[in-house]
Amino acid sequence: MAAIELRGLTKVYPGGVKALDSLDLAIPDGEFFALLGPSGCGKTTLLRTIAGLETATGGAVVIGDRDVTGVQPGARDIAMVFQDYALFPHMDVTDNIAYPLRIKKVGKADRQRKALEVGTRLGLDQLMDRRPGQLSGGQQQRVALARVMATQAKAFLFDEPLSNLDARLRLEARTFLKKLQRELGVTTVFVTHDQAEALAMADRMAVMEAGHIRQIGTPAEVFQRPANTFVAAFIGSTPMNLLDGTVRGDTLEVAGCKVPVPVSAEGLLVDGERIVYGVRPEYNTYSAEPAEGSLGGKVAIVENLGASHLVTLEVGDVLVQAVVPEGDEPELGVDGFATPRRDRALVYRDGELVSA
Amino acid sequence: MTRFVLGRIGFYTLIAVLLAFFTIPLLWLAAAPFTSDPTYEVRVPDFTLDNFTAILEHPYALPSLLNSLVLAVGTALLVVLFAALAAYALSRVRLPGRDALLYALLLLSSIITGTAAMVPLFQLAVELNLIDSQLGLILILSGGLLPAAIFMLKDFMDSTPKSYEESARVFGASPLQIVRHVVVPLVRPGLATIAVWAVANVWGNFLMPYLLLSDVEKQPAAVIMYTLYTEGGQANLTLLSTFGLLYSVPVVLMYLFVSKKYGFRFHGGIKR
Repeated sequence: MAAIELRGLTKVYPGGVKALDSLDLAIPDGEFFALLGPSGCGKTTLLRTIAGLETATGGAVVIGDRDVTGVQPGARDIAMVFQDYALFPHMDVTDNIAYPLRIKKVGKADRQRKALEVGTRLGLDQLMDRRPGQLSGGQQQRVALARVMATQAKAFLFDEPLSNLDARLRLEARTFLKKLQRELGVTTVFVTHDQAEALAMADRMAVMEAGHIRQIGTPAEVFQRPANTFVAAFIGSTPMNLLDGTVRGDTLEVAGCKVPVPVSAEGLLVDGERIVYGVRPEYNTYSAEPAEGSLGGKVAIVENLGASHLVTLEVGDVLVQAVVPEGDEPELGVDGFATPRRDRALVYRDGELVSA
Repeated sequence: MTRFVLGRIGFYTLIAVLLAFFTIPLLWLAAAPFTSDPTYEVRVPDFTLDNFTAILEHPYALPSLLNSLVLAVGTALLVVLFAALAAYALSRVRLPGRDALLYALLLLSSIITGTAAMVPLFQLAVELNLIDSQLGLILILSGGLLPAAIFMLKDFMDSTPKSYEESARVFGASPLQIVRHVVVPLVRPGLATIAVWAVANVWGNFLMPYLLLSDVEKQPAAVIMYTLYTEGGQANLTLLSTFGLLYSVPVVLMYLFVSKKYGFRFHGGIKR
């Protein structure tokens, strides 16, 4: 068990592409930490640099109390699950799980016993003599997990652990993975491009963009108070409404409507300045009649989300979305009004959150 | 309509002639060893085994097959070992001008064991005291086959995903352990291909052993075949046909064995 700390970590690829730009990050012992970002943001490079598969151009990686920046991957006391699981196709499940022990020169009988023990814990005991090619995606993933568990490493690194599973299995695996991590209590860093996955599984998460960390926080913090418009637009299964506006005394003029200044920005705005007003569709209350501080327009699109509907209003020349409970969804083309919750709406100045 | 029928007839006649062209020598090879006093024509054999007795009595025939085996297996082992290591390194390490190097090697390979290098090779072997030595011949044959083998194996190595090796690396495996535990098993069909190709090449090579081995007791079957004449200077068809059959059987068996054992399957495990 060990904490992971990154100090000014920089990775520049030959050719001058800066994949990581002086990152600082501290992950305490036992935490389930997510690296989230769009493809090409450097999250996988970061994970591989922690693992030692990429050499850092500058900065330091500290695992436990040991600076491992120049240490070979095998000597860092970490274990990694690859996106494609990288199960050796010519070895059966037992040999795959026991492979780290074979490298550590554990005797054959001992490592087979250990493999069976770990395999049984993950429900693989009936499959121990199969080859990876004879397993389903979910089973392959569990073999990969069993293999890292057998290492007794101080930290686990998962590279997109769920992306090779089909949608239904992914939900199951998500719960399973979170439960397993809690039971093992091993510091775990995982990479994902799926914000829902990061929100659901992580204790804390870092949102990355173009080699920079844009926000670090708990899923609740990141969801409710995105630190900048990039995170605001990236997090959430329905993207946040980000509307240009102007401060007018103690109200905001947004898309031709007047809305009150959100609680979080009270007393922090200057009259007449240009801002971006952000509110999640989930925090908009839809009504057929105008209300105090509402954004009014024509219903342009209604999307079915299952237990609710996503209604898109044309307000002037911008689109505003609101989530409406099932049964209350409006007809297309009628007038509709979305009232943002004052305690949940946010104001961004120059792309950064305005808050005390 | 008539033209169509005539066309078809012409087409099938052509096919038949072509087939016969390739089949008749094979039929001869199958039939002549079992025929007493064979000629150039293909006859229904009388199933005599006298020819085999005759070839067994030939002092150099059977030992030469053993020599061929030594040369072929020795060369194949060297080629597979060195080609595997070189191809792995070339496939995984980024070198400036790597592809140019590979193509240069490939070009050179056709020169090394080719006719053009006959004289220098002979002189080199004399200087190094490797003339009339099976080891020397194995080294030279390996040198000739290696570039093409590296080229072919590099393709195999390129097509195996890197994450297998990275995974082993994170578990602490050393580079040699990675090659032994992961890379070799994954490219085993490729290694088998190279081995078969090397054996077949050496088995059929006449020029190099003829040039470098003067001791008839060390000469392989391909060279001995060339000495099977009657006292009158005519090709001894009895011995030639029988020896030819014995000479071709091991190679055919090897192909059957390897294709059954390895074939070209890739065990699954990765979705790409």
